[in-house]
Amino acid sequence: MSQTYDTIIIGAGIVGSMMARYLSQYKLDILLIEKEADVGMGTSAANSAIVHAGYDALPGTNKAITNTLAAGMWPRLSQELGIPYARCGDYVVATSDADMDVLESLLERGQINGVPDMAIINGEEMRRREPLIRPDTVGALWVPSGAIGDPFAATIAAAENAVMNGVDLKRSTAFEDFLMEGDRITGVHTNQGDFHSRWVVNAAGLYADDVMHKAGVRPEFKIRPRRGEYVILDKADFQLTNPTVIFPTPTEKGKGILLASTLHGNVIVGPNANFVDSKENTAVTRAGLQEIWSGGSTLVPGINRKHIIAEFAGLRATGNAPTPNPAIDYNQDFIIEIPEEVQGLVNLGGIESPGFTAAPALALMVIDLLKEAGEVLEEKADWNPVRVPRPVFRHLSKDEQAALVASDPAYGRIVCRCETVTEGEILAEIHAPIPADTYDAIKRRTWLGTGRCQGGFDMPRMVQILSDELGIPPEAVTKKGEGSQFLYRPTKQVEEDHLSVEALI
Amino acid sequence: MPQTSEMICVTCPKGCVMQVKHEGEHVLEVLDGCKRGEDYAICELQDPRRMVASTVRVTGGLHPLVPVYTRKAFPKPLIPQLAQKLREVEVPAPVTINQVVLQNALGTGIDIIASRDMPKSH
Amino acid sequence: MKTSYDVIIIGSGPGGLAAAIAARENGAEDVLMIERDIELGGILVQCIHNGFGLELFNEDMPGPTYAQHFIEKARDSGVETLMDTMVLEITPERMIYAINKSSGYITLSARSIVLAMGCRERTRAQIMLPGSRPAGVYTAGTAQRFVNVEGYMPGKKFIILGSGDIGMIMARRLTIEGARVERVLEILPYLSGLTRNYVQCLLDYGITLQKQRTVSRIYGNDRVEAIEAVSVDEKWNPIPGTQEVIPCDTLLLSVGLIPENELSKKAGVLLDPITNGPYVDDRFMTNVPGIFAAGNVVHVYDLVDWVTEAGYVAGKGAAQFAQAEKVEPEALIPLKAGDNIRYVVPHKLDKERLAEALVRLQMRVTTPIEERVLVTVENQRGEVIARRGEPYARPGEILTMAIKPDTYQAVQDASELTVNVRQR
Ligand SMILES: Cc1cc2nc3c(=O)[nH]c(=O)nc-3n(C[C@H](O)[C@H](O)[C@H](O)COP(=O)(O)OP(=O)(O)OC[C@H]3O[C@@H](n4cnc5c(N)ncnc54)[C@H](O)[C@@H]3O)c2cc1C
Ligand SMILES: Cc1cc2nc3c(=O)[nH]c(=O)nc-3n(C[C@H](O)[C@H](O)[C@H](O)COP(=O)(O)OP(=O)(O)OC[C@H]3O[C@@H](n4cnc5c(N)ncnc54)[C@H](O)[C@@H]3O)c2cc1C
Ligand code: SF4
Repeated sequence: MSQTYDTIIIGAGIVGSMMARYLSQYKLDILLIEKEADVGMGTSAANSAIVHAGYDALPGTNKAITNTLAAGMWPRLSQELGIPYARCGDYVVATSDADMDVLESLLERGQINGVPDMAIINGEEMRRREPLIRPDTVGALWVPSGAIGDPFAATIAAAENAVMNGVDLKRSTAFEDFLMEGDRITGVHTNQGDFHSRWVVNAAGLYADDVMHKAGVRPEFKIRPRRGEYVILDKADFQLTNPTVIFPTPTEKGKGILLASTLHGNVIVGPNANFVDSKENTAVTRAGLQEIWSGGSTLVPGINRKHIIAEFAGLRATGNAPTPNPAIDYNQDFIIEIPEEVQGLVNLGGIESPGFTAAPALALMVIDLLKEAGEVLEEKADWNPVRVPRPVFRHLSKDEQAALVASDPAYGRIVCRCETVTEGEILAEIHAPIPADTYDAIKRRTWLGTGRCQGGFDMPRMVQILSDELGIPPEAVTKKGEGSQFLYRPTKQVEEDHLSVEALI
Repeated sequence: MPQTSEMICVTCPKGCVMQVKHEGEHVLEVLDGCKRGEDYAICELQDPRRMVASTVRVTGGLHPLVPVYTRKAFPKPLIPQLAQKLREVEVPAPVTINQVVLQNALGTGIDIIASRDMPKSH
Repeated sequence: MKTSYDVIIIGSGPGGLAAAIAARENGAEDVLMIERDIELGGILVQCIHNGFGLELFNEDMPGPTYAQHFIEKARDSGVETLMDTMVLEITPERMIYAINKSSGYITLSARSIVLAMGCRERTRAQIMLPGSRPAGVYTAGTAQRFVNVEGYMPGKKFIILGSGDIGMIMARRLTIEGARVERVLEILPYLSGLTRNYVQCLLDYGITLQKQRTVSRIYGNDRVEAIEAVSVDEKWNPIPGTQEVIPCDTLLLSVGLIPENELSKKAGVLLDPITNGPYVDDRFMTNVPGIFAAGNVVHVYDLVDWVTEAGYVAGKGAAQFAQAEKVEPEALIPLKAGDNIRYVVPHKLDKERLAEALVRLQMRVTTPIEERVLVTVENQRGEVIARRGEPYARPGEILTMAIKPDTYQAVQDASELTVNVRQR
C-alpha cells in the first residue's frame, strides 16, 4: 500500500517539526516521518536549550543569518505554541585582558549580526549581578536579548500544531531510500512501506549526510558526531541568583563549559565537545563528567557534586560544508538548499548549534526556496497557528490547583513526587493529538521522573497507567519504544529457573 | 578429628563471627557467640534451616500477590523445591494474616502462611 | 471534614505509625496520619523478607507482619487516616497543604506535626555512573516494589551494584523467583549492609560478592546489554587492566538512601549535612517549634525496631506540645560526634528528660575497626558518663547505645556530651 503526499519531511527533531508546522499553513498534503518511537528524541532532546542572541556566529554565514532571524521570531512563536520561553539575558565572563579583547570582538560581531543592546560590564558589576561568579572575574559581555527555551516542549508543540493542521505524523518509521524516476524524486522507501511525494525535506539531523548520499547528492559532505555532556543540579539545592546563562570566554577549542538556568528551574552544567565514533553514542563518560565539572566549578565555584540529579549527553551534527558565499572562509556551516543534481529534494544539513534557535528561520528559508523553485504555495484559510497549552499543575496557584482538581479528580493524584506531576496531566498527554505512549514520551512532556529520585517512585505507577490506558500488558510498556521494555514477566511465571539446589548445599 | 570452623550467626542483627569447634556434625565448643548462636551452630552442622519469605498469587486482591513465609525455619536444601511449589499456589482474596496458604510444605510439617491481610480489590 | 488537628503525621511507615499511636496514648484527641500510597505501612509493604522485630518483640517477622501489628494498633486507638493523599507543603505555622482524588485540595492546620516521610534511594546520576541510558537500570527498591507488590520481574540476568541490605535482599529474592544474579559489586573494601544478610542472601545462594569493584560503564541503547566492571583503589580510581564486560539485562543500584526532606525544608526545618535529616533533640523536635521528625526522615536506620521506638518518642513529644504541657525543653546540651564517629542522633539532649526515660543514641562510625571497641559518652572534661563494649565497629552498621536514667546525676553539670568509639 502506498500513499501520495506533496511533501515528506524526514526527521521530527526541532528542525523537521518546525518545518512541518510552518508548511502546514499551505494547502499541501504533508507527511512527517520519524525513525524513533516519538518526536524529538535525537539531538533536540539533549542540548543547552539556549535561544542564542546571535553574537557568536561569523557574519554572513547561514548560521548567523538564521540565528538572527529566528531570535526575533521566538517571542511570538512561543506565545502561539504555548511553550515556555524566557528572555533572561546571558553573560560571557572574562578573567584576563586577553579575554577582554575577545569580548570586544564578540561585541563587534554581535553588532554586525544585528544583536541589540549588548554591553560590556566590569568585574565588580558582574559580581554584583551574580555573586556566585568566580572571584577573579574582570568583566563580562552582557547580552540582554539572550534567552532560554524548552527544546522538548518546542519540538512536541511544533509537531502537535502541525498535526492539528492536517500533517500526518508517522513515528517508528525510518527512511531507507528514495523512490526515483530518473533524477526526479517521487517518494521514500521506509521500513513501514513506500510513500510518494513531489518534495522530500531532509531534516534527519545526524543522519542528514546519509540521506542526501542516497540521492547521490554531496558525496563529500560528512557529519561527524561531536558529543556534549551535561549534569543537572537539584533545583532545591542550587540556584543562580537570577535565571541566566553564563559562558566563559570562548577559546579556539570552543564555547567552553557554561552554566545555564533551565525553564524547569534547574541549573545545567556543560557541555564539553568531543568527536565520537558513532551517531548513537550518547553515553556519558567518567572523563567527560570530570571535564565538565572542572569547567563548571571554575566558572561558579559554589556548585556541589552532591547536588547532581542527572547526567546526559547530546551529539552535535558537525558538518564540513562551506558557507555559500565564497568570500567567507568558513567550513562548518548549515546547508539550506535545493540541490541541483536531483529534483524534489530539500537539504538541511550540518544543523549543529545554534540549530535549536534557528529552526523556525530554517523553515521560513525553505519555504522561500520552494517558492523560488516554482512551487505555488496557497495559504489555508483555516490554518490555526495557536496550540493551547495543557495545564501544568505545579505552575498553578493554590486556588487554580484546587479548581483544576475540582473539575477533574485525576489532577488530585500525584504520580511524580519530585516534580509534582499529576495523573491528570499524564492522561492528557496519553490522549493528546500526538499520543505519548512511552515512559520517556511522558517524561519529555510532563517532566515526570526528572527530579531527584529520577523515576524511582513514579515508574511502577507509570507502567500501570500506560498499561491501562493503552490496553497493553505491563510487560509491553516501554521506556522509549520497541526493545526498551521495563518488565520481563510476571513474578510467578518462571520459564527458565536459575535457582539450584547445589548452590544451597 | 576435631576441627575449628568460622561461622557467621544469622539469628540476630549482630551477626557474630563465631569459632565453632566440632567433630563432623558434632559441636564441641562455640566461641564468640551467645546461647542462641550455639544453637545455630549445632543446627547449621546437622540440619541447616532458614526462614523463607516469598509471595503467592491472589485472585481478586488489592495486589496480585500476597507475601508469605515459613512459620518456622525451613530445611535449606529444600528451598528451591519450595520456591517452585509456591509458584503454583493461588489463593482467593480476601486473605488474612497468618492464613495457611500451603499446609505441611513438602512434607516437612511446616506451614506457609500469609504475612499480611490482603483485602479484595475495590 | 475536620480541618484542624492536634497532631498530624506525614507518612505511615513504622515511624509514622508509632508516632500516631503514641500521640493518642499521650492524650492527643485528634490525630491524623496522611499517606500518599493506597495503603498504610510505608516501605514495609514491599519488604516481605524476615528480620523485623528482633529487638522489640524478640521475634523474627516479615516486614508486612510487623507493619500490620502497628496498623491495627493505630486503627484501634482512633487514629484517623487520609490515604492516597500527597502532602505538597508545610508551613512553619503548621499549615499543611495536601491533595487527593476524592477531596481535591486540602488545607489543614495542626498544633504539632510529625514528619515521617522516610527516605528515597540514591540514583545512578548521584553516583555519576557513566554509559548509555537504556531501560533496565533500576534502584533496588523500585525493583523490589515490582517483584513483590506489582508482581513483575524487571529482568532475567542481573548485576547488583552496592552491598547495601536492599541490594543483598533483592539478590536472594530474584534468585528465588528464578532470575540469575551474576554478581554483587561493592566499591568499598567492606560490606555496606548487615553481615547476616551477606550470609543468608549471598553465601546461601552462591552469589558472588566482589569488593572494591564497581560499574564503569553501561552498554545498550534500548535495554541494558552489558556492564563493564572495574576494580578501584582506595580513592575509588579505576585500576587499569581490571575491566570485565559482563553481559546482563538489568542493573540494580543499592547505593544508599537519602532522607526525604523536601517538605521539611519548605517549612524552615534545618538539616544536618551529614545525615541529610533535620537536627533533632531527644524528643525528636526539629528547630521549628512543634515540628517533630521520626524514622528514616531523620537518618537512615538499619533496624525497624529503633524506628518504631523513635516514632513513639516523637509522637509523645508531639502530643505534649499540642497540649502545651511542655513546650520548651529545659536544659538542652549538644551531643557531639567524637573519635571515629561520623554522626550522632539526636543532636541535642534535654538533661531533665533523663529523669523520666532513657535516651537512645544512634551513631555511625567513620572507619571500620575489626576488633573489640569501647563506645563512650563523655562530658566536656572527658569524664565517662556511659560506656558499652562492642565486638567491632563497621560503617555499614549503626551503633546504638542508651543513656539511662541512672546517669541523671552525672550529666547535670555537663555542658556537652561527646561520643567516641575507640579500640579497647
Ligand atoms: C551539546 C549540544 C548543545 C547544543 N546547544 C544548543 C543551544 O543552546 N542552542 C541552540 O540553538 N542549539 C543548540 N544545539 C544544537 C541543537 O540542539 C541542534 O541543532 C538541533 O536540535 C538539531 O535539530 P534537528 O531536528 O536537526 O536534529 P534532531 O533533533 O537530531 O532530529 C533529527 C531527527 O531525524 C530522525 N531521523 C534520522 N534519520 C532518520 C531516518 N532515516 N528516518 C526517519 N527519521 C530519521 C532522528 O531520529 C531525529 O529525531 C546544541 C547541540 C548539542 C549537541
Ligand atoms: C528495602 C529495605 C529493607 C529493610 N530491611 C530491614 C530488616 O530486615 N530489618 C529491619 O529491622 N529493618 C529493615 N529496614 C529498615 C526499616 O524498614 C526502615 O528503617 C523503616 O521502614 C523506616 O520507616 P519510616 O517510617 O521512617 O519510613 P517509610 O517506611 O519509608 O515510610 C514513609 C512513608 O511516608 C510516606 N510519604 C512520604 N512523603 C509523603 C508525602 N509528601 N505525603 C504523604 N505521604 C508521604 C511514604 O509513602 C511512606 O509510606 C529495611 C529498609 C528497607 C528500605
Ligand atoms: S550469636 Fe547471639 S548475639 Fe551473636 S548473632 Fe547469633 S544470636 Fe545474635
